[in-house]
This record gives sequence, C-alpha cells and structure tokens, in this order.
Amino acid sequence: MSASVTVADPRKARAVTAPRTVRRRNALLGLLAWVCGLVFFLPIAWMVLTSFHSESDAATNPPSLAAPLTLDGYREFFGGAWQSGPWPALANSLTASVVSTLFVLVLALPAAYALSIRPVRKWTDVLFFFLSTKMLPVVAGLLPIYLFAKNTGFLDNIWLLVILYTSMNLPIAVWMMHSFLAEVPVALIEAAQLDGARLPTILARVVAPVAAPGIAATALICFIFSWNEMLFARVLTGVVAQTAPVFLTGFITSQGLFLAKVCAASLVISLPVLAAGFAAQDKLVQGLSLGAVK
Amino acid sequence: MSTPTTAPAPGARNERPSAAGKPATKPQEPPNKLRAWVTRAPLLPALVFMIVVTQLPFVATLVVSFFDWNALYPEARRFGGFENYGEVLGDAALRESVITTAILTAVVVLTSLVLGLGLALLLDRTFKGRGLVRTLLIAPFLLVPVAAALLWKHVLYNPEYGLLNGMLTWVFGDDGPQPDWVAEMPLGAVEVALIWQWTPFMMLILLAGLQSRPADSLEAARIDGASAWQIFRYLTVPHLRRYLELGALLGSIYIVQNFDAVFTITSGGLGTANLPYTIYQTFYQGHEYGLASAAGVLVVLGSLIIATLALRVVSSLFREEARS
Repeated sequence: MSASVTVADPRKARAVTAPRTVRRRNALLGLLAWVCGLVFFLPIAWMVLTSFHSESDAATNPPSLAAPLTLDGYREFFGGAWQSGPWPALANSLTASVVSTLFVLVLALPAAYALSIRPVRKWTDVLFFFLSTKMLPVVAGLLPIYLFAKNTGFLDNIWLLVILYTSMNLPIAVWMMHSFLAEVPVALIEAAQLDGARLPTILARVVAPVAAPGIAATALICFIFSWNEMLFARVLTGVVAQTAPVFLTGFITSQGLFLAKVCAASLVISLPVLAAGFAAQDKLVQGLSLGAVK
Repeated sequence: MSTPTTAPAPGARNERPSAAGKPATKPQEPPNKLRAWVTRAPLLPALVFMIVVTQLPFVATLVVSFFDWNALYPEARRFGGFENYGEVLGDAALRESVITTAILTAVVVLTSLVLGLGLALLLDRTFKGRGLVRTLLIAPFLLVPVAAALLWKHVLYNPEYGLLNGMLTWVFGDDGPQPDWVAEMPLGAVEVALIWQWTPFMMLILLAGLQSRPADSLEAARIDGASAWQIFRYLTVPHLRRYLELGALLGSIYIVQNFDAVFTITSGGLGTANLPYTIYQTFYQGHEYGLASAAGVLVVLGSLIIATLALRVVSSLFREEARS
C-alpha cells in the first residue's frame, strides 16, 4: 500500500529534491576548493606571519600564533648585519632581469614578425629550432661557458648573466610573440597597405594595439625566469655580481635563530615575481606552455 | 635596414601571399631573391644569437668530454677518447643519480598532475570567491624557487621548531611524534616541496584545457542524460589527454633539470643528488672537467628523447590550432 504511494511520488520528489542535492553538492565542492586553496596557501601565510615575529617567537614548538608583531626580521635583512646587505644582490638581479628582458624584446619582436605576419619559408622549422634549444639541459653547457668566462675575464660580471638570460628566454618570447602577432588580422594589414601605409605606420597603428598586451605578458614572464635563475648565477658570479637567489643560498646552512630573517628575505626577494606573475596571470599558462595552450 | 626594405616594398605590397611559401610565378628572379632576404632579415639576429650562445657551448662540451682533464692538474690534460664515457657509465654514484633523477621526476610530475587535475576540476565551476581561490593556488608557483626550498627546509621541516612538527605537537601534545623530516625521508622532502610548487602549473594548463572543451557537445551529452561521471570519462578525459601529455612533458623538462630544490634542501646529500647536481659537483667541486662534460653529453642524449616526444605533442596542438 505504501509502495503505491512512493511509486507515484518519485517524479515529484526528484523535481523538488534534485535541485537541493545538486545545490548542496555544489556548495560542498566549492567549500572543498576553498579548503584546497587555503591548504596550498598555508605555508606562504605562515611565512608571512613568521617574518613579522621576533626570532625567539618564530622558533617555538608549538608555534606561537598570537606572538606580538615586529619588523625586526625585515630590519635585520635590510640592515646588512649579515654579509654586505641585500642591496647589491637586489640591484644585480634587477639589472640582469630588466636588461635581458629588453634584449629579448629587441631580438624577439622582429623574429616573431618574420615568423607570423610576413612569414619566411619553413617558418615552422625555425620556430621548432627555437623550442628545441629550450629542451637541452642547462648543466650540459655550463662548463664551456664557465671556461670561456674565466679565460676572458667575464667571471663575476653581471653582463655575462644578461647574455645568458637573454638566450634562456628568447625561445619562450619568440613562441609567445609569434602566437600573439598571429592574432593580428591579415585583412587589417592588407587594408592598411592598400591605403598606402608604410611599414612603421602599420606596426604602430595596426600591429601594436592588438599585440601590446601579449608583448607585455611576454616581458613579465621573461623577467620572472631571469629573476628566479640560480644555477648560472651560482657558478658564474661571486662577490660583485651576486644575484638575489644566490644571496638566499647563504641561508642554506644557517644555524641558530634566523627564521624571521629568512622568511623576510624570501618574501622580499619573491615580491617582484609575485607582482609580475599576478600581473601576467591571464597569459601565464600560454607563456609557460610556450604558446601551445591559449 | 632602411634601404633594402624600401627598395622591394612596392612589389611586395601587391604580392604579399607569394612570400608565404610558394615561389612566385612571375619571372622576376633578382627582386625575389632580394625579397626573400628582406623577409628573412628580421629573423637573423635572434637566430644567430641563439646558435652562438646555446649551440656552441654544447659543441665545446662534446669536445671536452673526450679529454682526460682535471682542472687541478692542467698540465696532465690529454685526449682520452671514450674513456670518460666508460667511467661515467661505470661510476656507481653517477648511475645512482640517474635513478634518483628518474624517480624524482616521475613522482613530482605524476603527483602534481593528479593534484592539478583535481584542483582544475574544482575550479572549473562557479562558486563564491573562485578568483581568490585561484590566486591562492597560483601563489606557490610564484615564489623564487630557492625561497620556496628555504621555506620548506627551515620553516616547515625543521625538527625542533618547524611548522609540521609544531602542528604534530598541537594534535598529539608534547609526547607526539617529532620526526626529522629531511633526515628520515630526504628524497620525499624534496619531492613534496617540488610538488607544492608544480601543482599550480599543472592546474593552470589543465584548467585551460577544461575551459576549451566544446560547450555544445557537453550540452548535448547533458540533454541525452549522461551522468557527470560519463561526461568526465567519455568527453573530458579524451579532450584533456593532450593537455595532460603537455603538462607531463613540460613538467619533466623543468624537473629533470631541477637544481635549486636539491641544492637547497639536502645539498645533494642522503641519496638525493640528481644529475644536474652531480654534474655541477663533478665540475665545480671535483674540477673533473672531462668527466663532467661526458656526463653532460649523456644528459643531453637522454633529454633528446623527452624533447622529441614533447616537440611532437606541441606541434600537434600547434597544427590543430592553426587549422581552427
């Protein structure tokens, strides 16, 4: 008897409950996403908190969450009580990253033009040659570069890193810019040509407006890779041309109370990358996948 | 640049498509040749620069690899043929570092791929604060690698006051387990730190893949009454295959070469020395130039295999895109 009631009901029941279970499942999955995001962010949040603790509060077990906040970690990091302070290393990193990024743009823009807007023959082969250089391990070329630098007096010279970082990022930039320039409609360029526009005008008025955001993202990604690089910098620089990541390696064997300082240092040195990364967020995947994923 | 570009410009303007590949049918030999060079000119600086800076050192590595050359005894340098290769292949430490590299790469790439897929699926829906969660998830990838490795080594893994053992104290009280993470599971410690940094990368690629699924076939499947699992199994997975491959291969290229995490967390000790670290040590601390070069050449040969696969995947994505 009750069976007949339930048989009659299901359609109605589903109509009422289905949206509710779906809504509940959606809410649960949204919650799960939040939990995952927070778990992944936890180490960084902890690093930020620790950087504002005093050294003795930073090194307690169990951790002291509510310890008073202080800027001592940052003061010590910038104060230079340790080594010669971070400023020379930060300046070197800035030089190497910014100058190499400018070089990359100067070399990659015309190359990308010749690979997309007015393509040379076999332009795909050229594109894949650039990509293949990215896949050879850095260590394998390290020794000859070291020997070259040693014999020509370029060891511990920031310009050597500028050149190497340019070659490290050029393939990425060519690939990215190729895909950005390919988005410029050919019809638009042809129309401008019919109107008698010269090449510089076309580049400035037609190509640049479409490709500018992509070019900016490319520059930001090249900046990140140069700023992060450590192996070349470690082997090829010493006291004078030391970069920020090499400066950080000074903390590897640290003993005693230094957690707040190491957190402050790591955060300050990562800040440019975080800023550049979030600025380029939308194009980040495209850059990291060498333009293969849009 | 100005003179050669302006000269053929009038002709080029009208015949733009002919420069794209097929030879022009018009019998204008010299201008065509000139025009080909004009088209090529913008490419040359970048091409020459890349060949000089990236290809020449590899040739030099190849040459040095045939020499018995220790920098501490420069006068004893002599041609050794394939001696170095024999020594490298016979060296237990180097062979071990090959295995370490393989394990490290496989574990990090596969785990971060699986985690990244889960996170991408969670993010490929609408919920409150989706943008913020995405930002939180990307953040680990945007730390300087050395900084991230220092964070794990000192701030999280430290046996006395690291956050991990601190949390164990919270949960289990003062008698709780207090493992020395890096000493007890050195390779695992490096792997976890790398997985934490690379999962966001995989998530970004897979999320881009999910969002490029054709909306109409999803809609059709839903109307036909396909369950969420069926849609995932028969629509999402086949579509994502390319992106999974791409993530795996790009991840492999970067993680095979990883130096920062190994150098920072364990300094290559306790059986965590991977190939880049071992080569670095052979030449930088051991001053064995010939041996290091031979190992370098072998690494290049190994990565050529991965690179060939990766290039194939990228070019298939690339062709598909060009068609659409």
